[in-house]
Amino acid sequence: MLVNHFLENSAAKHPDKIALITKEGRYSYGEVNQMANKIAHALIAEGVEKGDRVAIFLDNSLDAVVSLFGVLKTGGIFLMINPTTKTEKLTYILNNCRAAAFIGSQGKLPVISEACNNTPSLRNVFLTGENRLSHHELHKKSFYLSEILSSSNAHQSVLRTIDADLATIIYTSGSTGNPKGVMMAHFNMISAANSITTYLENVPDDIILNVLPISFDYGLYQILMGFKMGSTVVLEKSFLYPYKVIDIILKEKVTGFPIVPTISAILLQMEDIKKHNFERLRYISNTAAALPVAHIQKLREFFPKTTIYSMYGLTECKRVSYLPPDQLDIRPTSVGKGMPNEEVYIVDEDGNRVRPGVVGELVVRGSNVMRGYWEMPEETVKRLRPGQYPGEMVLYTGDLFRMDEEGYLYFVSRKDDIIKSRGEKVSPKEIENVLYEIDDVIEAAVVGVEDSVLGQAIKAFVVLKEGSQLTEKETIRFCAQHLEDFMVPKYVEFRNTLPKTDTGKIKKTGLA
Amino acid sequence: MREKIRKFISENFLFGKEPEGLTDDDSFLEKGIIDSTGVLELVAFIEETFGIKVADDELLPENLDSVNHLMNYISAKN
Repeated sequence: MLVNHFLENSAAKHPDKIALITKEGRYSYGEVNQMANKIAHALIAEGVEKGDRVAIFLDNSLDAVVSLFGVLKTGGIFLMINPTTKTEKLTYILNNCRAAAFIGSQGKLPVISEACNNTPSLRNVFLTGENRLSHHELHKKSFYLSEILSSSNAHQSVLRTIDADLATIIYTSGSTGNPKGVMMAHFNMISAANSITTYLENVPDDIILNVLPISFDYGLYQILMGFKMGSTVVLEKSFLYPYKVIDIILKEKVTGFPIVPTISAILLQMEDIKKHNFERLRYISNTAAALPVAHIQKLREFFPKTTIYSMYGLTECKRVSYLPPDQLDIRPTSVGKGMPNEEVYIVDEDGNRVRPGVVGELVVRGSNVMRGYWEMPEETVKRLRPGQYPGEMVLYTGDLFRMDEEGYLYFVSRKDDIIKSRGEKVSPKEIENVLYEIDDVIEAAVVGVEDSVLGQAIKAFVVLKEGSQLTEKETIRFCAQHLEDFMVPKYVEFRNTLPKTDTGKIKKTGLA
Repeated sequence: MREKIRKFISENFLFGKEPEGLTDDDSFLEKGIIDSTGVLELVAFIEETFGIKVADDELLPENLDSVNHLMNYISAKN
């Protein structure tokens, strides 16, 4: 079983059923599959081979969906990259995985040209968009996706891919600054998708609304699981205009709505929407950050007929746990128990399992656990360590948890200093590295501060050179030019000095 | 009105940079100018500056998603 089979099997069973609904139109399984085949054909014609990495730099769109399946249909490995990623990080990622091809939007040509020109392994660039903008600054062979999709070559190639082959690499931020590529084989993703659709009780009749970026595994899997079940996925670019989303839920009779707490924070301020009847909305799921108890209560008020799933996971294993909905009133702060086909346990510093009530690191065992970080053996051994059977590797999550007497899990804190803002992982180091690129900055320390909408907002403490005229606004703007939007500090505070430890390192505790 | 709106967008979402190339028709969503939490700030701004109340069911791209959309929406409310 391969991930592309999710689409191919559904297309064979019911080619005319609507698979994807976007602002631009409604596309059946047959159509989506055909488009993906055309892209695969074009990629293969340009030399993309089994195991090649192909980067996809698009926002939530039909193009993004058919591209990822197109890549899988070549036997290649797709990489969904957040389309707000700036040049330096994009160049780093493309070189780190030695990408062979790139699919992106003409709207981002400056960033794309710079990054692709500086990636020796990269041969071809495929561009989306209706217009034919001049792109003389791009020094790679380029193609227009619109031309490929209007060609007639739509047959499905025979693949030599096996389920132990990699399907995707998902770059995730780490404490040490350089993003790490989480390698997921087909069987990892199939296992995770099976587990999740089982506990969410997904059915073919589901209509899933996805507003989360598909460059985020939570958003990506909405497409994968939706296609696996033969359901319909409504794909929106973001939650930017909240009422539009409510409109869609009602008009399209959405049955499943995955969110992060930032979305519920905005949604729950719209008291007016209580007047609507949301009885078709079977479930709302939450992960990436803890759903505040106050949100849970308000969600119940706004969506009385809707089941709420509180979940926890990490990119390195896709998902870990979910709280059975009947437990929500009993233990609303728990993230539940391990999902089907997976085992979780908590260990102390020596790796021994701890008793209920004792805080330790959560360990995950199962087929959903990643293969490792792409070409980063040292980072990989820190997280993947031998399990109980010879040759088995289990995932040390880096998160501190405790379990109650009945085996339900409670998140305590992270072991490292990663900030969770809008449900996305933010590495303070990455932001500090960018701040240090500003001439006038002598010292920088980035921390998370409580924020009712974002979960944590990003705050940067900066020490400037004497006589510097740099303003907070200019500092934030510099960050916006070099970091993804969710990583841009909300607050900047200038200080004369920053507190230090005995060894002279910047001490962050106490900074707020 | 146009100037006040453009100034607000420039200061809060373009961080003071002159909005060269931002046309009155550019979609904030498509151009990635406003992020998903920015819409609340935008609403607060137009409520305070133009003395109107934005209803929950008016949080739609037709009303908010470009300088022109905003101007039409605010004029209609007054």
